[in-house]
Amino acid sequence: MMVIRRFEEEAARNYAKGKIGGFLHLYIGQEAIAVAAAEVLEEGDYIFQTYRDHGIALARGMSPNAAMAELFGKDTGCSRGLGGSMHFFDVERGFLGGWAIVGGHLALAAGTAFKAKYSGEDRVTMCFFGEGSTNIGGFHEAMSLAGLWKLPVVFVCENNQYAMGTPLERTSPLKDLSIKAQGYGMLGDRLEGHDVEVVRERLGAAVGRARAGEGPTFVEILTYRFRGHSMSDPAKYRTRTELEQRKQQDPIAVVRGRLVDLGVEENALDDIDLEVDEEIDAAVRFADESAPAQEDVMMSTVLVAEDGS
Amino acid sequence: MREIRYRDALREAMLEEMERDESVFLMGEEVGHYQGAYKVSEGLLDKFGERRVIDTPIAEGGFAGVGIGAAMVGLRPIIEFMTWNFSFVAFDQIISNAAKIHPMSAGAVRVPIVFRGPNGAAKQVAAQHSHSCAPFYTNIPGLYVIQPSTPRDAKGLLKSAIRSDNPVVFLEGETLYGVKGEVPDEGVEELVPIGESRLARAGGHCTIVSWGRPYYTVMAAAEKLSAEGIECEVIDPRTLRPLDTSLMVESVKKTNRCVVVHEHWPYGGPGAEIVDRLQREAFDYLDAPLERVSSLDVPMPYALNLEDTVLPTEDRVIDAVKRVSYVK
Ligand SMILES: Cc1ncc(C[n+]2csc(CCOP(=O)(O)OP(=O)(O)O)c2C)c(N)n1
Repeated sequence: MMVIRRFEEEAARNYAKGKIGGFLHLYIGQEAIAVAAAEVLEEGDYIFQTYRDHGIALARGMSPNAAMAELFGKDTGCSRGLGGSMHFFDVERGFLGGWAIVGGHLALAAGTAFKAKYSGEDRVTMCFFGEGSTNIGGFHEAMSLAGLWKLPVVFVCENNQYAMGTPLERTSPLKDLSIKAQGYGMLGDRLEGHDVEVVRERLGAAVGRARAGEGPTFVEILTYRFRGHSMSDPAKYRTRTELEQRKQQDPIAVVRGRLVDLGVEENALDDIDLEVDEEIDAAVRFADESAPAQEDVMMSTVLVAEDGS
Repeated sequence: MREIRYRDALREAMLEEMERDESVFLMGEEVGHYQGAYKVSEGLLDKFGERRVIDTPIAEGGFAGVGIGAAMVGLRPIIEFMTWNFSFVAFDQIISNAAKIHPMSAGAVRVPIVFRGPNGAAKQVAAQHSHSCAPFYTNIPGLYVIQPSTPRDAKGLLKSAIRSDNPVVFLEGETLYGVKGEVPDEGVEELVPIGESRLARAGGHCTIVSWGRPYYTVMAAAEKLSAEGIECEVIDPRTLRPLDTSLMVESVKKTNRCVVVHEHWPYGGPGAEIVDRLQREAFDYLDAPLERVSSLDVPMPYALNLEDTVLPTEDRVIDAVKRVSYVK
């Protein structure tokens, strides 16, 4: 969680410096979900996420170097500078993309789950999206097919309360989104997302069902983003008090408190923080010093060449 | 005349038309409480209330369809796409429904609706967020497609679009929202007619046709070329469907050469349509092959160094003008 937090704080700083451009959507405040998800998934499983993708990519094991270099638009980035913040890829780790069209990637996740079932492979797909993505056709169609065919996929709705500037009560007549699962003949679950252990247990159960052939689960996780929707959003639609209240449940503080209660020395935790700081500083240096994205990569990757290269 | 920004020109057009006609309303994501993702609708919620300035969930296919249905029975919706990239999930509604209702009903049902929002590349927003959508929509009979370059045309054409009884695709530009330009004074109403091109710059040596963001690239290139003694005549089509080639043909008869500069991909689209028409309508007057300067034929990369090479540049415009003018 510290790696994700520091990575993104550093990304925000470098955005302000003009080293990073375009859209930058931070995951700060939601880290427990990505970390718990990475814990319960196995090698060989697949992951899809929206444009808010740094957290899960790092949790899955992408190096901060490759992630930061992507934000800097460099050839050493995880998408060689072609994708940017919204389009991380790490195929080796089964991270099949950050996606920027709301609802567009849910059917893809049903598709990788379909492949697992088709080929009799023991692979689960986990697909993340925001609560704002539950009204669009892409959501309905993907859920319909996954439910019908009992595909091994877990749909994780990260309900951070706002879709851009719009609070949930202005986009849905439902308070509890997890009941949508019923309409698709799948199980629904609903939980708070600030305690990494709780999230791990419940996502673990959903993954277990998928792995056992018991079909998909729709999991709504209540969370909160501490920053704006993206760097250009001053987040005027919520009050300072609301934000400060939510920060009381910072997932990192929660874990830290628990570790201290368990008898871990504050010093030991501070040492970890320092190590993380160094790792992220190194990632920024790496990104800065890397060669820029290459024109021949851009030109040669539009299609697979007929000779297969 | 006074100087205002492109985004303010659009807002004035909506405001004036909403004041004039109670059946006009604005619907889209973040258009109300957030004051517009790009602040085009700033203040409209306060003025007209939630009945007429309507925030929607993220459901483009749904609210495009709701707009079309409402238009079939007498309302005049303005449907905002946060960007035109998101119109693809509403493509079916626009193409199978909006464009077909009047012809399929043999003229019995009209669809007076405007779909509007920013189109094209912004800056570093990568492959899924950088589409120049004119080719997709100009291919469809049953739609008007308008892409204004200046604040004055943005205002005058949006007002005409709202009053039109036909479905209109109205392509704005995120990078144009801050551009300032002359617009008639408050209280002076100007309706720019749909389907009329505009002479933007006079010159005798080479015709350039351009619209949208590249229009500004072209105007800057024309100044540089002028310093070298090459005077370009620049024509802005403003409406891409129906396309008015009369000024272009007249100009080419004088200059005998033409470069078309656009942001959309090179395969087909209005750029290719213009070239096709000019080679037929001005064949005997051409001294050089018609040239096009477009975005490169690739999905938009994120990295700035690459994006800058993909979009039409001043240098590429200048080179093309010199090629058709046979000067080095
Ligand atoms: C089809 C489509 N419409 C609109 C957008 C613009 N947009 C990007 S993110 C977003 C809000 C999404 O909110 P939510 O799904 O709750 O996810 P969060 O950003 O909170 O993680 C919107 C409207 C888009 N990317 N795709």
